[in-house]
Amino acid sequence: MSDKISFRNVSHRFALGDSSFTALDRLSLDVADGEFVTVVGPSGCGKSTAINIAAGLVKPTSGEVLVDGRQVGGPGPERGVIFQQYALFPWLTVRKNVEFGLRLARKSAAERRRTAQHFIDLVGLGEFADALPKVLSGGMKQRCAIARAYAVNPTILLMDEPFGALDALTRVQMQDQVLAAWSRERRTVMFVTHDVDEAVYLAKRVIVMASRPGRLYEIVLVDLPYPRTEAMRLSPEFAEIRKRVWNAVYHQQPASMEAADDEDNRRRSK
Amino acid sequence: MLAMNVVAVVGGVALWSAVVAWGKVGLPSPLQVLVRALELARTGQLLTDALASLRRVLLGFCLGVALAVPVGFLMGWYRLARGLIEPFVQFFRMIPPLAIIPLAIVTMGIGETPKVFVIFLAAFLSSVVATFQGVVSVDKTLINAARVLGAGDATIFRRVIVPASMPFILVGMRIGLGAAWATVVAAELIAAQSGLGFRMQQAQLYYDLATIFVSLIAIGVLGLTMDRLLLALENRLTRWQERI
Repeated sequence: MSDKISFRNVSHRFALGDSSFTALDRLSLDVADGEFVTVVGPSGCGKSTAINIAAGLVKPTSGEVLVDGRQVGGPGPERGVIFQQYALFPWLTVRKNVEFGLRLARKSAAERRRTAQHFIDLVGLGEFADALPKVLSGGMKQRCAIARAYAVNPTILLMDEPFGALDALTRVQMQDQVLAAWSRERRTVMFVTHDVDEAVYLAKRVIVMASRPGRLYEIVLVDLPYPRTEAMRLSPEFAEIRKRVWNAVYHQQPASMEAADDEDNRRRSK
Repeated sequence: MLAMNVVAVVGGVALWSAVVAWGKVGLPSPLQVLVRALELARTGQLLTDALASLRRVLLGFCLGVALAVPVGFLMGWYRLARGLIEPFVQFFRMIPPLAIIPLAIVTMGIGETPKVFVIFLAAFLSSVVATFQGVVSVDKTLINAARVLGAGDATIFRRVIVPASMPFILVGMRIGLGAAWATVVAAELIAAQSGLGFRMQQAQLYYDLATIFVSLIAIGVLGLTMDRLLLALENRLTRWQERI
Protein backbone atom coordinates (compact mmCIF):
# COMPACT_ATOMS: atom_id res chain seq x y z
CA MET A 1 0.00 0.00 0.00
CA SER A 2 1.28 3.44 -0.91
CA ASP A 3 1.43 6.26 1.59
CA LYS A 4 -1.09 9.01 0.97
CA ILE A 5 -0.04 11.33 3.78
CA SER A 6 3.44 11.31 5.34
CA PHE A 7 4.46 13.43 8.30
CA ARG A 8 8.25 13.67 8.33
CA ASN A 9 9.71 14.93 11.59
CA VAL A 10 7.08 17.63 11.83
CA SER A 11 7.52 20.09 14.70
CA HIS A 12 5.57 23.19 15.52
CA ARG A 13 6.31 25.81 18.16
CA PHE A 14 4.25 28.81 19.23
CA ALA A 15 5.84 31.90 20.68
CA LEU A 16 4.36 32.59 24.10
CA GLY A 17 5.73 35.91 25.27
CA ASP A 18 9.42 35.32 25.83
CA SER A 19 9.21 31.54 25.90
CA SER A 20 7.85 29.14 23.31
CA PHE A 21 5.41 26.27 23.53
CA THR A 22 6.00 23.10 21.55
CA ALA A 23 2.64 22.09 20.12
CA LEU A 24 4.08 19.27 18.08
CA ASP A 25 7.43 17.58 18.52
CA ARG A 26 8.98 15.62 15.65
CA LEU A 27 5.86 13.80 14.51
CA SER A 28 6.51 11.09 11.93
CA LEU A 29 3.50 9.20 10.67
CA ASP A 30 2.36 7.56 7.44
CA VAL A 31 -1.26 7.18 6.48
CA ALA A 32 -1.96 4.69 3.67
CA ASP A 33 -4.12 5.45 0.65
CA GLY A 34 -7.74 4.76 1.54
CA GLU A 35 -7.01 4.27 5.22
CA PHE A 36 -9.18 5.60 8.04
CA VAL A 37 -7.07 6.73 10.99
CA THR A 38 -8.22 8.52 14.11
CA VAL A 39 -6.06 10.70 16.31
CA VAL A 40 -6.76 10.93 20.05
CA GLY A 41 -4.92 12.45 22.95
CA PRO A 42 -5.26 14.80 25.89
CA SER A 43 -5.62 18.51 25.27
CA GLY A 44 -2.34 20.10 24.25
CA CYS A 45 -1.13 17.00 22.41
CA GLY A 46 -1.02 18.79 19.06
CA LYS A 47 -3.67 16.71 17.31
CA SER A 48 -5.43 19.75 15.85
CA THR A 49 -2.10 21.29 14.94
CA ALA A 50 -1.19 18.13 13.01
CA ILE A 51 -4.47 18.33 11.05
CA ASN A 52 -3.98 22.03 10.32
CA ILE A 53 -0.46 21.39 9.07
CA ALA A 54 -1.67 18.58 6.78
CA ALA A 55 -4.45 20.91 5.56
CA GLY A 56 -1.83 23.54 4.72
CA LEU A 57 -3.41 26.09 7.05
CA VAL A 58 -0.42 26.11 9.41
CA LYS A 59 3.22 26.02 8.37
CA PRO A 60 5.29 23.69 10.56
CA THR A 61 8.34 25.18 12.25
CA SER A 62 10.38 22.27 10.93
CA GLY A 63 9.82 19.03 9.07
CA GLU A 64 7.41 18.49 6.21
CA VAL A 65 4.17 16.79 5.27
CA LEU A 66 3.96 14.94 1.97
CA VAL A 67 0.68 14.27 0.22
CA ASP A 68 0.98 11.88 -2.73
CA GLY A 69 4.73 12.36 -2.40
CA ARG A 70 4.57 16.15 -2.83
CA GLN A 71 5.34 18.60 -0.07
CA VAL A 72 2.33 20.49 1.30
CA GLY A 73 2.77 24.22 0.72
CA GLY A 74 -0.77 25.39 1.36
CA PRO A 75 -4.38 24.29 1.25
CA GLY A 76 -5.63 22.42 -1.79
CA PRO A 77 -9.01 21.10 -2.95
CA GLU A 78 -7.71 17.50 -2.95
CA ARG A 79 -7.66 17.79 0.86
CA GLY A 80 -11.13 18.42 2.26
CA VAL A 81 -11.27 19.80 5.79
CA ILE A 82 -14.16 19.55 8.23
CA PHE A 83 -14.00 21.83 11.23
CA GLN A 84 -15.52 21.37 14.67
CA GLN A 85 -17.28 24.74 14.40
CA TYR A 86 -18.93 23.70 11.08
CA ALA A 87 -17.65 26.90 9.40
CA LEU A 88 -20.66 27.22 7.12
CA PHE A 89 -21.03 30.59 5.43
CA PRO A 90 -24.04 31.90 7.32
CA TRP A 91 -25.18 34.20 4.50
CA LEU A 92 -25.44 31.32 2.01
CA THR A 93 -28.14 28.67 1.87
CA VAL A 94 -27.24 25.00 2.28
CA ARG A 95 -27.15 24.64 -1.51
CA LYS A 96 -24.96 27.70 -2.02
CA ASN A 97 -22.61 26.49 0.71
CA VAL A 98 -22.22 23.13 -0.98
CA GLU A 99 -21.72 24.84 -4.35
CA PHE A 100 -19.03 27.16 -2.96
CA GLY A 101 -16.06 24.93 -3.81
CA LEU A 102 -17.59 23.89 -7.15
CA ARG A 103 -17.89 27.54 -8.14
CA LEU A 104 -14.20 28.02 -7.33
CA ALA A 105 -13.42 24.98 -9.47
CA ARG A 106 -15.21 26.82 -12.33
CA LYS A 107 -17.87 24.15 -12.84
CA SER A 108 -20.86 25.11 -14.97
CA ALA A 109 -24.05 26.17 -13.22
CA ALA A 110 -25.84 22.99 -14.28
CA GLU A 111 -23.05 20.76 -13.05
CA ARG A 112 -22.77 22.69 -9.78
CA ARG A 113 -26.42 22.26 -9.16
CA ARG A 114 -26.42 18.57 -9.99
CA THR A 115 -23.37 17.75 -7.87
CA ALA A 116 -24.60 19.85 -4.94
CA GLN A 117 -28.02 18.22 -5.05
CA HIS A 118 -26.43 14.77 -5.06
CA PHE A 119 -24.42 15.43 -1.90
CA ILE A 120 -27.23 17.33 -0.17
CA ASP A 121 -29.47 14.30 -0.70
CA LEU A 122 -26.69 11.98 0.37
CA VAL A 123 -26.43 13.66 3.79
CA GLY A 124 -30.23 13.83 4.06
CA LEU A 125 -30.66 17.60 3.83
CA GLY A 126 -32.86 17.56 0.71
CA GLU A 127 -35.70 19.37 2.43
CA PHE A 128 -33.38 22.07 3.72
CA ALA A 129 -31.46 22.76 0.51
CA ASP A 130 -32.67 26.35 0.36
CA ALA A 131 -32.56 27.04 4.09
CA LEU A 132 -30.02 29.29 5.76
CA PRO A 133 -27.62 27.68 8.26
CA LYS A 134 -29.22 29.53 11.17
CA VAL A 135 -32.29 27.28 11.05
CA LEU A 136 -30.28 24.05 11.08
CA SER A 137 -29.44 21.98 14.16
CA GLY A 138 -25.81 21.24 15.00
CA GLY A 139 -25.94 17.81 13.39
CA MET A 140 -27.53 19.23 10.23
CA LYS A 141 -24.93 21.98 10.04
CA GLN A 142 -22.15 19.43 10.23
CA ARG A 143 -23.83 17.27 7.58
CA CYS A 144 -23.96 20.34 5.34
CA ALA A 145 -20.26 20.95 5.99
CA ILE A 146 -19.56 17.33 5.09
CA ALA A 147 -21.55 17.65 1.86
CA ARG A 148 -19.59 20.82 1.04
CA ALA A 149 -16.29 19.01 1.58
CA TYR A 150 -17.36 15.93 -0.44
CA ALA A 151 -18.69 18.02 -3.33
CA VAL A 152 -15.23 19.06 -4.55
CA ASN A 153 -14.27 15.38 -4.58
CA PRO A 154 -11.19 15.44 -2.35
CA THR A 155 -9.05 12.31 -2.08
CA ILE A 156 -8.30 13.10 1.56
CA LEU A 157 -10.63 14.17 4.35
CA LEU A 158 -9.12 15.90 7.36
CA MET A 159 -11.66 16.07 10.18
CA ASP A 160 -10.92 18.10 13.29
CA GLU A 161 -13.23 16.92 16.09
CA PRO A 162 -16.18 17.21 13.69
CA PHE A 163 -18.71 15.69 16.09
CA GLY A 164 -17.33 17.28 19.24
CA ALA A 165 -20.25 19.65 19.65
CA LEU A 166 -23.00 17.10 18.95
CA ASP A 167 -25.11 15.14 21.42
CA ALA A 168 -24.28 11.46 21.95
CA LEU A 169 -27.11 10.07 19.83
CA THR A 170 -26.51 12.34 16.84
CA ARG A 171 -22.83 11.59 17.15
CA VAL A 172 -23.36 7.83 16.76
CA GLN A 173 -25.57 8.40 13.71
CA MET A 174 -22.98 10.68 12.16
CA GLN A 175 -20.26 8.09 12.75
CA ASP A 176 -22.23 5.49 10.82
CA GLN A 177 -22.90 7.95 8.00
CA VAL A 178 -19.24 8.86 7.70
CA LEU A 179 -18.27 5.17 7.65
CA ALA A 180 -20.91 4.41 5.04
CA ALA A 181 -19.64 7.19 2.79
CA TRP A 182 -16.07 6.06 3.34
CA SER A 183 -16.83 2.46 2.39
CA ARG A 184 -18.45 3.61 -0.87
CA GLU A 185 -15.64 5.89 -1.97
CA ARG A 186 -12.40 4.99 -0.26
CA ARG A 187 -11.01 8.37 0.58
CA THR A 188 -8.14 8.64 3.01
CA VAL A 189 -9.49 9.95 6.30
CA MET A 190 -7.60 11.48 9.20
CA PHE A 191 -10.06 12.12 11.99
CA VAL A 192 -9.20 13.94 15.23
CA THR A 193 -11.37 13.26 18.26
CA HIS A 194 -11.19 13.36 22.05
CA ASP A 195 -13.66 10.48 22.35
CA VAL A 196 -11.93 7.09 22.76
CA ASP A 197 -15.06 5.18 21.79
CA GLU A 198 -15.40 7.14 18.57
CA ALA A 199 -11.70 6.72 17.80
CA VAL A 200 -11.88 2.93 18.04
CA TYR A 201 -15.22 2.56 16.25
CA LEU A 202 -14.12 4.47 13.15
CA ALA A 203 -10.48 3.68 12.67
CA LYS A 204 -8.28 1.02 11.27
CA ARG A 205 -5.49 2.52 13.36
CA VAL A 206 -5.79 4.80 16.36
CA ILE A 207 -2.96 7.29 16.69
CA VAL A 208 -2.57 8.13 20.38
CA MET A 209 -0.71 11.33 21.13
CA ALA A 210 0.78 12.74 24.31
CA SER A 211 1.10 16.32 25.43
CA ARG A 212 3.85 18.63 26.60
CA PRO A 213 5.37 18.46 24.14
CA GLY A 214 2.72 17.23 21.71
CA ARG A 215 4.04 13.99 20.26
CA LEU A 216 3.17 10.54 18.95
CA TYR A 217 2.68 8.20 21.90
CA GLU A 218 1.38 4.89 20.58
CA ILE A 219 -0.39 3.46 17.55
CA VAL A 220 -3.16 0.96 18.32
CA LEU A 221 -4.32 -1.31 15.50
CA VAL A 222 -8.08 -1.90 15.50
CA ASP A 223 -8.31 -5.47 14.27
CA LEU A 224 -12.02 -5.45 13.47
CA PRO A 225 -13.48 -5.81 9.97
CA TYR A 226 -15.56 -3.18 8.18
CA PRO A 227 -18.46 -2.51 8.06
CA ARG A 228 -18.52 -1.76 11.75
CA THR A 229 -21.79 -2.53 13.46
CA GLU A 230 -23.50 -1.82 16.72
CA ALA A 231 -22.93 -5.47 17.73
CA MET A 232 -19.24 -4.93 17.16
CA ARG A 233 -19.28 -1.78 19.28
CA LEU A 234 -20.67 -3.85 22.15
CA SER A 235 -18.37 -6.85 21.62
CA PRO A 236 -15.62 -7.94 24.05
CA GLU A 237 -13.02 -7.50 21.28
CA PHE A 238 -14.03 -3.86 20.93
CA ALA A 239 -13.92 -3.41 24.69
CA GLU A 240 -10.42 -4.86 24.77
CA ILE A 241 -9.11 -2.44 22.12
CA ARG A 242 -10.99 0.43 23.73
CA LYS A 243 -9.27 -0.39 27.02
CA ARG A 244 -5.84 -0.28 25.38
CA VAL A 245 -6.53 3.10 23.81
CA TRP A 246 -8.05 4.38 27.05
CA ASN A 247 -4.96 3.43 29.00
CA ALA A 248 -2.70 4.98 26.38
CA VAL A 249 -4.66 8.25 26.54
CA TYR A 250 -5.41 8.55 30.24
CA HIS A 251 -2.48 6.87 31.90
CA GLN A 252 0.21 8.90 30.30
CA GLN A 253 2.17 11.26 32.43
CA PRO A 254 -0.69 13.74 33.07
CA ALA A 255 -0.41 17.06 31.25
CA SER A 256 0.39 19.90 33.64
CA MET A 257 -2.26 22.56 34.12
CA GLU A 258 -0.05 25.01 32.31
CA ALA A 259 -0.07 22.89 29.18
CA ALA A 260 -3.85 22.64 29.30
CA ASP A 261 -4.05 26.41 29.62
CA ASP A 262 -1.87 26.83 26.58
CA GLU A 263 -4.17 24.69 24.52
CA ASP A 264 -7.20 26.58 25.76
CA ASN A 265 -5.66 29.93 24.94
CA ARG A 266 -4.71 28.76 21.51
CA ARG A 267 -8.23 27.55 20.81
CA ARG A 268 -9.79 30.77 21.96
CA SER A 269 -7.50 32.85 19.82
CA LYS A 270 -8.30 30.82 16.71
CA MET B 1 -46.04 47.12 20.65
CA LEU B 2 -47.39 49.57 18.07
CA ALA B 3 -50.40 50.26 20.29
CA MET B 4 -48.09 51.11 23.20
CA ASN B 5 -46.06 53.41 20.94
CA VAL B 6 -49.20 55.27 19.88
CA VAL B 7 -50.32 55.58 23.51
CA ALA B 8 -46.89 57.02 24.37
CA VAL B 9 -47.03 59.62 21.59
CA VAL B 10 -50.59 60.67 22.45
CA GLY B 11 -49.64 60.84 26.12
CA GLY B 12 -46.62 63.00 25.29
CA VAL B 13 -48.71 65.49 23.33
CA ALA B 14 -51.29 65.56 26.14
CA LEU B 15 -48.57 66.28 28.67
CA TRP B 16 -47.25 69.06 26.46
CA SER B 17 -50.76 70.60 26.26
CA ALA B 18 -51.14 70.34 30.02
CA VAL B 19 -47.82 72.10 30.63
CA VAL B 20 -48.81 74.95 28.27
CA ALA B 21 -52.32 75.21 29.83
CA TRP B 22 -50.71 75.46 33.26
CA GLY B 23 -49.39 78.80 31.98
CA LYS B 24 -46.11 79.00 33.92
CA VAL B 25 -43.92 78.33 30.85
CA GLY B 26 -44.15 80.39 27.68
CA LEU B 27 -44.36 77.56 25.17
CA PRO B 28 -46.62 77.36 22.14
CA SER B 29 -49.41 74.79 22.39
CA PRO B 30 -49.52 71.74 20.11
CA LEU B 31 -52.36 73.39 18.22
CA GLN B 32 -50.40 76.59 17.63
CA VAL B 33 -47.46 74.54 16.37
CA LEU B 34 -49.74 72.57 14.06
CA VAL B 35 -51.21 75.76 12.62
CA ARG B 36 -47.70 77.13 12.06
CA ALA B 37 -46.63 73.88 10.42
CA LEU B 38 -49.57 73.99 8.01
CA GLU B 39 -48.76 77.60 7.17
CA LEU B 40 -45.13 76.81 6.51
CA ALA B 41 -46.11 73.78 4.49
CA ARG B 42 -48.56 75.77 2.38
CA THR B 43 -46.03 78.48 1.52
CA GLY B 44 -43.52 75.75 0.61
CA GLN B 45 -41.06 77.12 3.14
CA LEU B 46 -40.97 73.88 5.15
CA LEU B 47 -40.32 71.72 2.10
CA THR B 48 -37.58 74.06 0.82
CA ASP B 49 -35.86 74.05 4.19
CA ALA B 50 -36.16 70.30 4.63
CA LEU B 51 -34.84 69.64 1.13
CA ALA B 52 -31.89 71.99 1.65
CA SER B 53 -30.91 70.13 4.83
CA LEU B 54 -31.55 66.69 3.32
CA ARG B 55 -29.50 67.49 0.25
CA ARG B 56 -26.47 68.42 2.34
CA VAL B 57 -26.84 65.36 4.53
CA LEU B 58 -27.27 62.89 1.71
CA LEU B 59 -24.43 64.35 -0.32
CA GLY B 60 -22.00 64.39 2.59
CA PHE B 61 -23.19 61.03 3.89
CA CYS B 62 -22.90 59.23 0.55
CA LEU B 63 -19.44 60.64 -0.11
CA GLY B 64 -18.38 59.72 3.42
CA VAL B 65 -19.62 56.13 3.21
CA ALA B 66 -18.28 55.69 -0.33
CA LEU B 67 -14.80 56.52 0.93
CA ALA B 68 -15.14 54.85 4.35
CA VAL B 69 -15.96 51.36 3.07
CA PRO B 70 -12.87 50.89 0.86
CA VAL B 71 -10.62 52.59 3.43
CA GLY B 72 -12.05 50.41 6.22
CA PHE B 73 -11.45 47.27 4.14
CA LEU B 74 -7.91 48.40 3.40
CA MET B 75 -7.25 48.97 7.10
CA GLY B 76 -8.65 45.59 8.08
CA TRP B 77 -6.89 43.66 5.34
CA TYR B 78 -3.43 45.23 5.18
CA ARG B 79 -1.45 45.85 8.33
CA LEU B 80 0.52 48.54 6.53
CA ALA B 81 -2.63 50.49 5.63
CA ARG B 82 -3.90 50.12 9.16
CA GLY B 83 -0.66 51.41 10.64
CA LEU B 84 -0.65 54.42 8.34
CA ILE B 85 -4.32 55.39 8.50
CA GLU B 86 -5.46 54.48 11.99
CA PRO B 87 -3.68 57.32 13.89
CA PHE B 88 -5.47 59.90 11.74
CA VAL B 89 -8.86 58.22 12.03
CA GLN B 90 -8.58 57.87 15.80
CA PHE B 91 -7.35 61.46 16.16
CA PHE B 92 -10.05 63.07 14.03
CA ARG B 93 -12.69 60.90 15.66
CA MET B 94 -12.01 62.71 18.90
CA ILE B 95 -12.69 66.12 17.34
CA PRO B 96 -16.42 66.90 17.08
CA PRO B 97 -17.07 67.61 13.38
CA LEU B 98 -18.63 70.92 14.40
CA ALA B 99 -15.29 72.07 15.74
CA ILE B 100 -14.01 71.89 12.16
CA ILE B 101 -16.61 74.40 10.93
CA PRO B 102 -14.63 77.60 11.65
CA LEU B 103 -11.66 76.15 9.79
CA ALA B 104 -13.87 74.89 6.96
CA ILE B 105 -15.54 78.28 6.53
CA VAL B 106 -12.22 80.13 6.49
CA THR B 107 -10.68 77.78 3.95
CA MET B 108 -13.70 76.83 1.82
CA GLY B 109 -15.84 79.94 1.92
CA ILE B 110 -19.44 80.23 3.05
CA GLY B 111 -21.09 78.21 0.26
CA GLU B 112 -22.28 74.60 0.42
CA THR B 113 -18.79 73.11 0.39
CA PRO B 114 -17.82 73.59 4.07
CA LYS B 115 -21.15 72.18 5.28
CA VAL B 116 -21.02 69.14 3.01
CA PHE B 117 -17.40 68.64 3.97
CA VAL B 118 -18.13 68.61 7.68
CA ILE B 119 -20.99 66.15 7.18
CA PHE B 120 -18.76 64.03 4.97
CA LEU B 121 -16.22 63.94 7.78
CA ALA B 122 -18.81 62.96 10.37
CA ALA B 123 -20.18 60.13 8.21
CA PHE B 124 -16.74 58.96 7.11
CA LEU B 125 -15.30 58.70 10.61
CA SER B 126 -18.11 56.60 12.04
CA SER B 127 -18.38 54.32 9.00
CA VAL B 128 -14.67 53.73 8.58
CA VAL B 129 -14.22 52.46 12.13
CA ALA B 130 -17.22 50.13 11.82
CA THR B 131 -16.03 48.69 8.50
CA PHE B 132 -12.56 48.16 9.87
CA GLN B 133 -13.98 46.42 12.95
CA GLY B 134 -16.10 44.25 10.68
CA VAL B 135 -13.13 43.05 8.66
CA VAL B 136 -11.02 42.40 11.75
CA SER B 137 -13.73 40.36 13.44
CA VAL B 138 -14.46 38.02 10.52
CA ASP B 139 -14.36 34.47 11.91
CA LYS B 140 -10.95 33.03 10.94
CA THR B 141 -12.54 29.58 10.56
CA LEU B 142 -14.67 30.90 7.69
CA ILE B 143 -11.55 32.20 5.96
CA ASN B 144 -9.88 28.82 6.48
CA ALA B 145 -12.97 27.02 5.20
CA ALA B 146 -12.83 29.09 2.01
CA ARG B 147 -9.09 28.51 1.64
CA VAL B 148 -9.36 24.73 1.89
CA LEU B 149 -12.07 24.81 -0.78
CA GLY B 150 -9.57 26.46 -3.08
CA ALA B 151 -10.21 30.18 -2.59
CA GLY B 152 -7.41 32.68 -3.17
CA ASP B 153 -7.12 36.09 -1.49
CA ALA B 154 -9.32 37.90 -4.02
CA THR B 155 -12.10 35.33 -3.68
CA ILE B 156 -11.86 35.32 0.10
CA PHE B 157 -12.19 39.09 0.09
CA ARG B 158 -15.18 39.13 -2.25
CA ARG B 159 -17.03 36.07 -1.00
CA VAL B 160 -16.16 35.98 2.69
CA ILE B 161 -14.85 39.29 4.02
CA VAL B 162 -17.39 41.53 2.31
CA PRO B 163 -20.53 39.58 3.27
CA ALA B 164 -19.24 38.78 6.76
CA SER B 165 -18.53 42.42 7.55
CA MET B 166 -21.80 43.68 6.06
CA PRO B 167 -23.63 43.83 9.42
CA PHE B 168 -20.85 46.01 10.86
CA ILE B 169 -20.86 48.28 7.82
CA LEU B 170 -24.60 48.81 8.06
CA VAL B 171 -24.41 49.61 11.76
CA GLY B 172 -21.61 52.06 10.96
CA MET B 173 -23.78 53.64 8.28
CA ARG B 174 -26.61 54.13 10.74
CA ILE B 175 -24.32 55.75 13.27
CA GLY B 176 -22.82 57.82 10.45
CA LEU B 177 -26.23 59.00 9.29
CA GLY B 178 -27.15 60.02 12.83
CA ALA B 179 -23.90 61.93 13.15
CA ALA B 180 -24.41 63.56 9.74
CA TRP B 181 -27.92 64.69 10.56
CA ALA B 182 -26.85 66.12 13.91
CA THR B 183 -24.00 67.92 12.20
CA VAL B 184 -26.02 69.48 9.38
CA VAL B 185 -28.50 71.11 11.71
CA ALA B 186 -25.74 72.50 13.88
CA ALA B 187 -23.79 73.68 10.83
CA GLU B 188 -26.86 75.52 9.56
CA LEU B 189 -27.27 77.23 12.91
CA ILE B 190 -23.79 78.64 12.53
CA ALA B 191 -23.59 79.57 8.88
CA ALA B 192 -26.27 79.03 6.24
CA GLN B 193 -28.87 80.82 4.16
CA SER B 194 -31.31 77.88 4.05
CA GLY B 195 -32.22 74.68 5.84
CA LEU B 196 -34.08 73.69 8.99
CA GLY B 197 -31.26 74.84 11.24
CA PHE B 198 -31.13 78.21 9.52
CA ARG B 199 -34.92 78.58 9.91
CA MET B 200 -34.67 78.00 13.64
CA GLN B 201 -31.88 80.48 13.93
CA GLN B 202 -34.01 83.09 12.13
CA ALA B 203 -37.04 82.27 14.26
CA GLN B 204 -34.97 82.76 17.37
CA LEU B 205 -34.29 86.38 16.35
CA TYR B 206 -38.05 87.05 16.14
CA TYR B 207 -38.94 85.05 19.24
CA ASP B 208 -41.02 82.80 16.94
CA LEU B 209 -41.28 79.74 19.16
CA ALA B 210 -43.86 77.95 16.98
CA THR B 211 -41.47 77.90 13.99
CA ILE B 212 -38.68 76.58 16.20
CA PHE B 213 -40.98 73.76 17.30
CA VAL B 214 -41.99 72.96 13.73
CA SER B 215 -38.33 72.80 12.70
CA LEU B 216 -37.41 70.63 15.67
CA ILE B 217 -40.21 68.18 14.94
CA ALA B 218 -39.30 68.10 11.24
CA ILE B 219 -35.67 67.36 12.15
CA GLY B 220 -36.73 64.55 14.46
CA VAL B 221 -39.19 63.01 12.02
CA LEU B 222 -36.78 63.15 9.07
CA GLY B 223 -33.91 61.72 11.13
CA LEU B 224 -36.10 58.93 12.42
CA THR B 225 -37.38 58.14 8.92
CA MET B 226 -33.88 57.88 7.49
CA ASP B 227 -32.77 55.71 10.40
CA ARG B 228 -35.74 53.36 9.95
CA LEU B 229 -35.04 53.09 6.22
CA LEU B 230 -31.46 52.07 6.92
CA LEU B 231 -32.63 49.67 9.61
CA ALA B 232 -34.99 48.03 7.11
CA LEU B 233 -32.10 47.74 4.64
CA GLU B 234 -29.94 46.28 7.40
CA ASN B 235 -32.55 43.68 8.32
CA ARG B 236 -32.93 42.76 4.70
CA LEU B 237 -29.23 42.40 3.96
CA THR B 238 -28.36 40.58 7.18
CA ARG B 239 -31.34 38.26 7.39
CA TRP B 240 -28.87 35.38 7.58
CA GLN B 241 -27.62 36.46 10.99
CA GLU B 242 -28.60 34.45 14.03
CA ARG B 243 -30.47 36.89 16.22
CA ILE B 244 -31.05 36.38 19.88
